[in-house]
Amino acid sequence: MTEKASVNEQILLIEGAGCASCVGKIEKALNHVAGVEQAAMNFAQRSVTVTGDVAAQHLVDAVEAAGYRAKLVEQSESELFAEKEKADQLYYRRLMKNMAIALALGVPMMVYGMVIGDMSIDTTPKRVGWFIAGLLTLAVMYTAGRHFYLSAWNTLRHHNANMDTLVALGTGTAWLYSMVVVLMPDLFPAQARHVYFEASAMIIGLINLGLALEVRARGRTSEAIKRLIGLQAKTARIVKGDDEIDIPVEHVQVGMLVRVRPGEKIPVDGVVVEGKSTLDESMLTGEPMPVAKTPSDELYTGTLNKSGTVVFKASRVGKDTALAQIIGLVKKAQNAKPSIGRLADTISGYFVPTIMMIAVLSALAWLNFGPEPSVAFAVVSATTVLIIACPCALGLATPMSVMVGVGKAAEAGVLIRNGEALQTSSKLTTIVLDKTGTLTQGQPRITGIYPVDDLAKSEVLRLAASLEAGSEHPLADAVVASAKDAGLSLSNVSDFHAVLGQGVSGVVEGHRLLLGNKRLMAENQVETETLQREADDLAAQAQTPVFFAIDGNLVAVFAIADPLKSDTLAALERLRRDGLKIVMLTGDNTATAAAIAEKLSISEFYAEVQPSDKSQYVQQLQAQGERVGMVGDGINDAPALAQADVGFAIGTGTDIAMESADVTLMRGSLHGLADAIEVSRATLGNIKQNLVGAFIYNVAGIPIAAGVLYPISGILLSPVVAGAAMAFSSLTVVSNANRLRFFKPSNR
Amino acid sequence: MWLVNLLGLGLVALIAWWFWGQRAPETAISKEEAVTIKVAGGVYTPSVIHARVGQPLTLNFIREDQAPCAEVVIFEGLDLSLGLPLNETVSQRITPPEAGTYPFSCQMQMYRGQLIVT
Repeated sequence: MTEKASVNEQILLIEGAGCASCVGKIEKALNHVAGVEQAAMNFAQRSVTVTGDVAAQHLVDAVEAAGYRAKLVEQSESELFAEKEKADQLYYRRLMKNMAIALALGVPMMVYGMVIGDMSIDTTPKRVGWFIAGLLTLAVMYTAGRHFYLSAWNTLRHHNANMDTLVALGTGTAWLYSMVVVLMPDLFPAQARHVYFEASAMIIGLINLGLALEVRARGRTSEAIKRLIGLQAKTARIVKGDDEIDIPVEHVQVGMLVRVRPGEKIPVDGVVVEGKSTLDESMLTGEPMPVAKTPSDELYTGTLNKSGTVVFKASRVGKDTALAQIIGLVKKAQNAKPSIGRLADTISGYFVPTIMMIAVLSALAWLNFGPEPSVAFAVVSATTVLIIACPCALGLATPMSVMVGVGKAAEAGVLIRNGEALQTSSKLTTIVLDKTGTLTQGQPRITGIYPVDDLAKSEVLRLAASLEAGSEHPLADAVVASAKDAGLSLSNVSDFHAVLGQGVSGVVEGHRLLLGNKRLMAENQVETETLQREADDLAAQAQTPVFFAIDGNLVAVFAIADPLKSDTLAALERLRRDGLKIVMLTGDNTATAAAIAEKLSISEFYAEVQPSDKSQYVQQLQAQGERVGMVGDGINDAPALAQADVGFAIGTGTDIAMESADVTLMRGSLHGLADAIEVSRATLGNIKQNLVGAFIYNVAGIPIAAGVLYPISGILLSPVVAGAAMAFSSLTVVSNANRLRFFKPSNR
Repeated sequence: MWLVNLLGLGLVALIAWWFWGQRAPETAISKEEAVTIKVAGGVYTPSVIHARVGQPLTLNFIREDQAPCAEVVIFEGLDLSLGLPLNETVSQRITPPEAGTYPFSCQMQMYRGQLIVT
């Protein structure tokens, strides 16, 4: 998406360079491109480092004209981030230096005014003294405050105005008035011959300080993204025949074999070809349990290899990896704006000119109705109004909280796509859940084995699984998977038959086996009476009973069901505690749905719902005034997810390519849903605090600065106090947003 | 005194006229395919960009202002936001979907511009 037009050093990856003689050809081709100072190829890594001020595309074209393919190595996210941090650090130091310069002059002048209390022009020596102080203030304004005046002038020319305009006008007014007093004191009545140089210097110092602290605090708001970027490994160990070499991760290409040892991070996405291990994927999915990986399983960049050594084939590199896409999504969402901030944005647009008008009107009011020396009061009130107003606090209120909130959600494995989803999630009243794959694991498993007499359950399972190994029925998968989970090794089956709607038969280890429903047993003259009671009980619990016979004798009944995810019940409890109504939709029959609903204490459910009808149920709930969040797998449920106020897609693993959902839950657990809703509520609460705070600050601060309290209590704010208030009001907003970093989802 | 009041009210009127009654002067028309927008000194230059429906154009942003609020540009209504590293060109190719005025701004609405699509 972004590209660098010209930099001093660029690295190209070359494809198709098979021999050392290519090196000269490629270097020569590149050296002929205008602007290239030097091109040096590293044959071992198939990369060329080019120095010079030249567009990347020209380099790629030149290499391709020479008969090779070239790809620019993009600056990695971590490099970009490090550069940004460095730039912020430099900016911070410059602001602190400005602050020091301004306060070095401002503080002594203010102390003089407070201790000696005399800042009026009455004698010639004082005039000379204050003239020198005025020139020093001008020097401070030029050195430490220049950026305010430049920006103010620039924006003014463009019929625009910002915070710098206010600072420039405020400090400029104070300085100009004071200088006129020094140069032509006779123009003013004796009491009005007061100078305010200290205000100009102090305000410049304080606002620089406020900005510096804000830069620091802002840095912390992107901590979540920094952590994600930090997951990226720097190098990868490439396997080439018998050799293994470490190369920079940017140089890894699709199809390369990569070895990862225990304790190392996965450098790029890929598929295991050799070895097995368990991986900690919690940094991406929020799922704390390690995940087992065997050949043909997918590995994701940034996850941690815990136990074994694996060799995998790179399948996605650079910005195509799941991690890079997650970072991209989070970054984009962090800059999104929920509509709650729209009013503040509209106000911000009119804010500064309005404040300028209020300042003029306030000065006029003092001149007309104020006590003597009214000129001095007018100048003080106008300056104070200009300085105290803080459009920044208003403008920052929403984006800072969104930044932290979206990052916080990402830490919990929740990807929020846009600002609206964040805002609406906080207001949901009803959650509609799809049963299969959302509440349950989505894959049938054997949940119980009931043998006739004391036959070993594992032996029964081993034989049954051996029989089913060749079948493709979902129930057969359940039997085979359960045997594999138990670590049983299967035998071969011969004379295998599948009887549609009944079950299967075959010969294993010389025994004739039958596995299926009651009808299959009846047709093969197998008596099922001994286990009929168990079978009926199972059916009542919405489990499927499957009979198993060896050589014409019934030996066991298996209970097969799609089991609930282990944490579904706890997650639903959390959602209920959060005040949400739970509704279940399922395509299953009513008996199964009722049994599951009973187990989970779900009072409202709809069974035998076609996937295409799900969105109608959502619509119905919306018509009843509910704000509906729909949770589904993102494929079958796409229309319902789109119809819901917020669509949550459950992505198993790190499948984030689900465009139909507003929110993607990267782990299978419904705790992710509760996390998403709790984070969104906390974020919206934080935004409201910020907005209310910023509104109150401005609405209360400006009249006080204009002097409305003066007739009642004789209080008129000093411009220096206004400067401090303004500098710290935006800092307060950023700090309050940063409080969200410590947000913890409710107990699991 | 009345002269002072008159001047003051005139100043108020002048402020309203200057900031609200006038449009930013510098505009760019995307006859060429690319527009380079400088982010410096509190303004986008140019700040008004004209584009045609369905005709792709490339926006090149160069941020020269160190202030952190300049580091993101958000296009309202286009579902687009760009991070702007200091002193680097960030290119974004867009195809305006339909006619209208799409404001773009920094996070705090201090930097402001418009993409006018006809």
